[in-house]
Amino acid sequence: MATETLTLGKALNIGLRKALENDPKVVIMGEDVGKLGGVFRITDGLQKDFGDQRVIDTPLAESGIIGTAVGLAIRGYRPVCEIQFDGFVYPAYDQIVSQVAKMHYRSGGKLRIPMVIRIPFGGGIGAVEHHSESPEAYFAHTAGLKVVSCANPQDAYVMIQQAIASDDPIVFLEPKRRYWEKGQVDLDAPLAEAYPLHSARVARPGTDATVLAYGPMVRTCLDAATAAAEDGRDLEVIDLRTLSPLDLGVVYDSVRRTGRAVVVHEAPSNVGLGAEIAARITEECFYSLESPVLRVTGFDTPYPAARVEEEYLPDLDRVLDAVDRTFGW
Amino acid sequence: MAKGDPGASTRGRRAAPRSRKAVTGDPELVQLLTPAGERIESVTGPDGTVYRVDFTDEEYRGLYRDLVLVRKLDAEATALQRQGELGLWASLLGQEAAQVGSGRALRAQDMAFPTYREHGVLYCRGIDPIMPLGLFRGVDQGGWDPNEFKFNMYTIVIGAQTLHATGYAMGVTMDGKTGGEDGEAVIAYFGDGATSQGDVNEAFVWASVFNAPLVFFCQNNQYAISEPLERQTRVPLYRRAAGFGFPGIRVDGNDVLATYAVTRHALDNARHGQGPSLIEAYTYRMGAHTTSDDPTRYRIASEVEAWQAKDPIARVKAFLEREKIADAGFFAEVDEQARREAVDLRERVLEMPNPEPVTMFDHVYPNGSPLLDQQRAQFSRYLESFEGSAH
Repeated sequence: MATETLTLGKALNIGLRKALENDPKVVIMGEDVGKLGGVFRITDGLQKDFGDQRVIDTPLAESGIIGTAVGLAIRGYRPVCEIQFDGFVYPAYDQIVSQVAKMHYRSGGKLRIPMVIRIPFGGGIGAVEHHSESPEAYFAHTAGLKVVSCANPQDAYVMIQQAIASDDPIVFLEPKRRYWEKGQVDLDAPLAEAYPLHSARVARPGTDATVLAYGPMVRTCLDAATAAAEDGRDLEVIDLRTLSPLDLGVVYDSVRRTGRAVVVHEAPSNVGLGAEIAARITEECFYSLESPVLRVTGFDTPYPAARVEEEYLPDLDRVLDAVDRTFGW
Repeated sequence: MAKGDPGASTRGRRAAPRSRKAVTGDPELVQLLTPAGERIESVTGPDGTVYRVDFTDEEYRGLYRDLVLVRKLDAEATALQRQGELGLWASLLGQEAAQVGSGRALRAQDMAFPTYREHGVLYCRGIDPIMPLGLFRGVDQGGWDPNEFKFNMYTIVIGAQTLHATGYAMGVTMDGKTGGEDGEAVIAYFGDGATSQGDVNEAFVWASVFNAPLVFFCQNNQYAISEPLERQTRVPLYRRAAGFGFPGIRVDGNDVLATYAVTRHALDNARHGQGPSLIEAYTYRMGAHTTSDDPTRYRIASEVEAWQAKDPIARVKAFLEREKIADAGFFAEVDEQARREAVDLRERVLEMPNPEPVTMFDHVYPNGSPLLDQQRAQFSRYLESFEGSAH
C-alpha cells in the first residue's frame, strides 16, 4: 500500500489532479486558481499540467463563477468551482440556492448539475474580517444541495474525488486552518472501495460520552478526548463528514451506548447544525439520554477580530466543560 | 414556413423584385419594415454591416403565420388565467416580432436561454406550446427537455440565465464547436430591467474576456413591471456593449424582418468565433407585466396607443397585402388555424392532471437522499392514514 505523509492541502491537490486525469469533462474554475495555484495553493501546478481550458482563472465575481459553471454543467462539463474564502460566497448565493440546487428538480430530472463548490471555511488563521466564517447551515438548509466537510488528509483526498464524481451538486467545505496538518494518505486505494461519500465515521471509539464534530473541530475534539482520557473519561468522537444529508445512524448507535452527546462546531449556535442534530438525537434516542444534548459553538456574534478569535472558537477546554456538564445533570 | 429555418430550408420562388426604395435606414435603429408596412431595402449599421433579408413569398407568409399563432396562443393563455385555470401568465403581447424574428434566426444547433416570457421563441424551437402552461398552472415546473429542443428552462430570477448562457457558450468553445457554418451559437434572452442586475453585467464581462459565441438579446419593452426604462439606465442599452468590449446594436423589435436580420448576423458572427454581441430589440409590452399587474397605475393610455400604431403584426399584413404576397383567403386560413390551435390548447390545459402529492419528493437529487426517502415514507403513511379519503 503506497501511503504517503501529506498535508491536507496537498492531499486535496492530488485528489483534484486525479479527477482531472480521470475525466476530461472536469474543469476547475475560480479566482487565482491558475498561475498562482489558488491563494492556499490547493490547485498548485494544475493549470501548468492541464492547460487554461481545464483550470480556468475567472474574472473576479463569485456569482459569475457559479452561474457560468451552471451553463458549463448543462453543456456536459463537471465544474469544480473554488470560492476563495467563505465570506465571499454570498455574492453567489442566488446562483447556488436558486439555480444550482433547483435545476435538477425544476427540470423533472432532465438536467443535472454535477458541480462541486469548494470553500475554505472556518477561523483560526488570524485573518481579517470575511475570511473566517462558517456558512454551512445556509447550504445544508437548502434542498438540492449536498454539503460535506473533510477533517484529515486521507478523507480530503478521497472525498474531493468522490464529490467530483457525484452527479449531485456538492458544497465541499475545506477546514482552512487544517490545510497544513499532516497525515497518512493511501494514494492507490480504489475509490470504489472507499466508504460512501455521505457517511459519518467514528474517529475515536469511547464509552462515556459522544462528541460530534466535522471539519476543523474534529481535531479539537480528538485532542479533548485525549485530555479527557487522562482524567479517566472515555469519549467517543464522531466525524460527521456529511452535513447534508446528515448520516446519523452511527451517532444514534453511539448515543444509545453513552447516553450523552455534545455537538461542536465553529458556526454560531442559533439555528445551526447543532440544533438540527440535537433535535434528531432527541427524537431517536430519547430514552437513552442521561442529559440534554449540549452544543459548543461559536457565539451569535459576527466573526470577531482576530486577536480574540481563540476565545470565540470552541477549544479543548470548552469541549471538556460541556462534557462535564452532561455528567452533572 | 412552419417550424423550419427560413434562411436555409426554403428554396422556393423568390419574391419578385419590386420597386423598393433603395433607402438606407437609421443606423441607430435597424428597421426593414416600417409601421406602415413599407419595406426598407437595407440598413447599414454603424460598423458597416449591411442588414437585409432575402425571403421568398412563402417565407414571408410563414413569418406572418408564426406571429399570428404566437399572439393567439398567448391571448388564450391570458384568458385561461382569467378563468382561474392558470395561476399566472406573463403575456408577450407586443413582443411577437422580437421573439419570432430572433427565434427563427436560430439555426438548429443553436442553444437559447429564455426568461419566463419567451413563449414565441419556444414556439419557434418546436416545443409544444402547452409546455409552459404546466408551469403557470402549477402542475409542473416546465416539462420540456432543454437539450432536446435546444431551449433551456424558463428562468424567473431576473438575469440569472445570462450567466448560464455564457457558461454554456464557453463550453461550446471548449468543445471546439465554433468556426464555420455548422458552428454553434448561444442566445441569452433578458429584458431592460435585467440590465441592472449584477449577473447580467458579470455575464457581459465573462462573455467578453472568454470571447464566448453568444448573443445577448435584450427585449427592451420599456418597463420592469412598473418602472420605466429611465429608472434602469441613462444611456441607450445597446451602447453598454461598448464598455464591455463587444458590438451592440438596436433593432426595431416590432419589425420581424429587421430582428431576424440582425439576430442572424450576430449569431453567425458568434458561431464563426467572432465573439459576443448585444442586441437591443426596441419594443413595448402592450399588456401587463403579468396577469397580477395593473399597468394603468403607471403608464398613460396615449403611450400605449402610440405603440399600438407600431404593431408588429399589422405591418407585416400591410406589407403582404400591398405586395400581393397573400390574399384574403390566406389571412382567413391563418386565423382559422390560430383559432383551432387555441381551442386545442385550452382543451389540453383543462385536462392537465394535478400531480400526486408524493411526487414533490421526486428529482431533488440525482442520487437521492436518505432524509428524503424517510420523509416521503412518513408522508405516504400519513396520507394512507386517511382511509377512504380522497387521498
